[in-house]
Amino acid sequence: MNMRITGTGFLKQAEAAGRLRQVLPEACVLCDPEDTRPYECDGLSAYRALPGIVALPENEAQVCHVLRVCRELGVPVVARGAGTGLSGGALPLSDGVLLSLAKMKRILAVDPVARTARVQPGVRNLAITEAAAPYGLYYAPDPSSQIACSIGGNVAENAGGVHCLKYGLTVHNVMRVRAVTIDGEAVEFGSEALDAPGYDLLALVTGSEGMLAVTTEITVKLVPRPETAQVILAAFDDIERAGAAVAAMIAEGIIPAGLEMMDQAATRAVEEYVQAGYDLDAAALLLCESDGTPEEVGAEIARMTELLRREGAYDFRVSQSEAERLKFWSGRKAAFSAMGRISPDYYCMDGTIPRKRLAEMLRFIAAMEKKYGLRCPNVFHAGDGNLHPLILFDANDPDELRRTEAFAGEVLEKCIEVGGTVTGEHGVGIEKINQMCLQFSPAELEQFRAVKRAFDPKELLNPGKNIPTLHRCAEFGRMQVRGGNVPFPGLERF
Amino acid sequence: MSESLKSFADAIRTAAAGKRPLRLRGGGSKDFYGQVIAGEPLDTRGYAGVIAYEPTELVVTAKCGTALAGLESTLRENGQMLAFEPPHYAPPGEGGATVGGMLAAGLAGPRRASAGAVRDFVLGVTLMDARGETLRFGGTVMKNVAGYDLSRLMAGSMGTLGLVLDVSLKVLPLPAAEATLRFEMPEDKAIETLNRWAGRPLPISASAYTGGELHVRLSGAPPALDSARRRLGGERLDDEQARRFWSGIREHTDDFFRTESQLWRLSLPSATPPLGLQGAQLIEWGGALRWLATGADARTLREAARRAGGHATLFRGGTEEERRSAGVFHPLEPALAKLHRDLKASFDPEGIFNRGRMYPDF
Repeated sequence: MNMRITGTGFLKQAEAAGRLRQVLPEACVLCDPEDTRPYECDGLSAYRALPGIVALPENEAQVCHVLRVCRELGVPVVARGAGTGLSGGALPLSDGVLLSLAKMKRILAVDPVARTARVQPGVRNLAITEAAAPYGLYYAPDPSSQIACSIGGNVAENAGGVHCLKYGLTVHNVMRVRAVTIDGEAVEFGSEALDAPGYDLLALVTGSEGMLAVTTEITVKLVPRPETAQVILAAFDDIERAGAAVAAMIAEGIIPAGLEMMDQAATRAVEEYVQAGYDLDAAALLLCESDGTPEEVGAEIARMTELLRREGAYDFRVSQSEAERLKFWSGRKAAFSAMGRISPDYYCMDGTIPRKRLAEMLRFIAAMEKKYGLRCPNVFHAGDGNLHPLILFDANDPDELRRTEAFAGEVLEKCIEVGGTVTGEHGVGIEKINQMCLQFSPAELEQFRAVKRAFDPKELLNPGKNIPTLHRCAEFGRMQVRGGNVPFPGLERF
Repeated sequence: MSESLKSFADAIRTAAAGKRPLRLRGGGSKDFYGQVIAGEPLDTRGYAGVIAYEPTELVVTAKCGTALAGLESTLRENGQMLAFEPPHYAPPGEGGATVGGMLAAGLAGPRRASAGAVRDFVLGVTLMDARGETLRFGGTVMKNVAGYDLSRLMAGSMGTLGLVLDVSLKVLPLPAAEATLRFEMPEDKAIETLNRWAGRPLPISASAYTGGELHVRLSGAPPALDSARRRLGGERLDDEQARRFWSGIREHTDDFFRTESQLWRLSLPSATPPLGLQGAQLIEWGGALRWLATGADARTLREAARRAGGHATLFRGGTEEERRSAGVFHPLEPALAKLHRDLKASFDPEGIFNRGRMYPDF
């Protein structure tokens, strides 16, 4: 899939590199394939492209310079954080600049009184929590990749985590984003107050996959670490009953700090890997966490236990220590890496559906396993209906890859059909771009593009990601049909 | 398509063809907010009702003209609420606030600092655009990152981007119990105390400070409230007194808001020390929101807010001329102002929706 840059492309690359080096140190502009190879993909490694140039700015002024050069030369530019994204949002372009924010990784300030941290985009998610810990504070969103993923990438993807039902997504926990537009100008979205004048551009740039501006500084909200937390590990002999228990919990007025489900296939894979003490005979396991003051947690755990018993859980264990709580969680947190051990490759989906459709969705996935002859363990953020079915396959077998893609496509389309979305927290990137044609009408896609052009008229920032062109949708050949109107009748069919 | 939707689409297409502005309006309870504008009124109240409400999904979808009071009572019957406590500002006997107006104004009440703002609870919208076409953004699920988040963008956009036909909102369970505590202390101490408490795991859901008195509301499970009360001290208000007090803060019916002066809203980093500005002050949101009834001039107030890292809005009062010359909303930096204009044009190229309600040039 990689292309060697030749002819006019080569001249442009040389010119761009020369211009970048006028401001960036020599070592911060990479052109040699040997140096640029590590940037050829993000966490979605099935898609690769060697970037034309890798720029590693050390400060905001250098970011401004990179963007100005790209705009002047008409070179597309893809921003990248830690490269842990799962949707190919940071997939480079062979004729473009890959703008890595990895060198901008300083925590600029932690303010324990205002409960904020001001950080550069390359700071790791977990590093913020570590810096806030001495003050009894932490940064709430905790994606599974939090050891490695960067806060800049979290903003670009509106990352979630296992505690977002109660504590919110990135968009709920970021107060201010300073970013550079394609004009090379720094602007601020949001503020360190609780709102800012004008449109809520902070909400707009959060989750915009690096297509509107490049983040250079972020102020996040820190919240007090709960005094204590306990988790219930509940076993069900029927996965649909586990799903019903989740709905019953919400109906009861309980918002657990975390509410996660794993099916038997997932449980067995992780148990072998981390020995979390999971019941291997259970059809489904629920992890149900309560946090707060000891009195609050005691009362809530009692309510939850009673409810889970009523809803048919046949076994429960309540963590009796912090070590045990972490052990119960360890399996869930290691689910993805555990799949890597039992299968050469796995493909992680990220649809969100209304909780009440969970059982239907699980039956559908089971049917797809048979249809495509592939295994698909499930882990999901049950509390907010966000599914992560993991299709196990071998990428070296072209037919397995093809079947995996078809399998995933059907599951994503089912998510849309039941009133959900193709991506809850991993982003569209390049991976789900075709399904966007099904989730949105041509007029809606056009509005997205109009918003993009308001920020980036020449469409140089991360082009080709997130929002498909109508042409691409026509090529994909399956479009949303609402009210019997065939979309873009003027376009040639493929 | 319903009659109301047809009439909305007709009104929009006619306005766009003639480049004549429309003035979107629900119950008119927030007519005072924003710049005074011209334009053919488009009344949204004919398009009303809850489209879907499933308590176990924590989501409600309501049409723009739905009465906010009715929606809130439906939620209450099911033990749930709009956690951002939107103010209605509806005087008794007049048209009540609507869901569409609530979203457009984007204002949140006392629970804001602990629970979040309107935008934090928006999950999806249906928008009628400047061509009279219906567009859907977001949805009814808690997590959704497909495409740009254009639904949250509608919160606080003052109806300038299009006509929101319906909105899906995340709802939360009502707290099991609440208790309001009263303390006496000077302003600097109150700000310092509120910020210190916010850094601890305490179930504080609202705060208000004025005239030397600090009121703090606790919400949560009874055992958590008991332990917080033991830690914080203070004098507990009886429940009816507390309810009336917070309603007065939320709806601006408290004596503080009965003022002849201009009412300014200063949104600041919560730990900002006392600003020492002229006039009477009421502090909410743990120090992050400071209402000022004042005769001070706009420039002084805006400069003070800006230096502290915040912004100032001329919320109520002032003559039309004063509101125009000072600007209701804090002026934007040039690069941001340009993004606003371009964004507005991307939704509404002819400038027909509430033109000038937020800033004069769009």
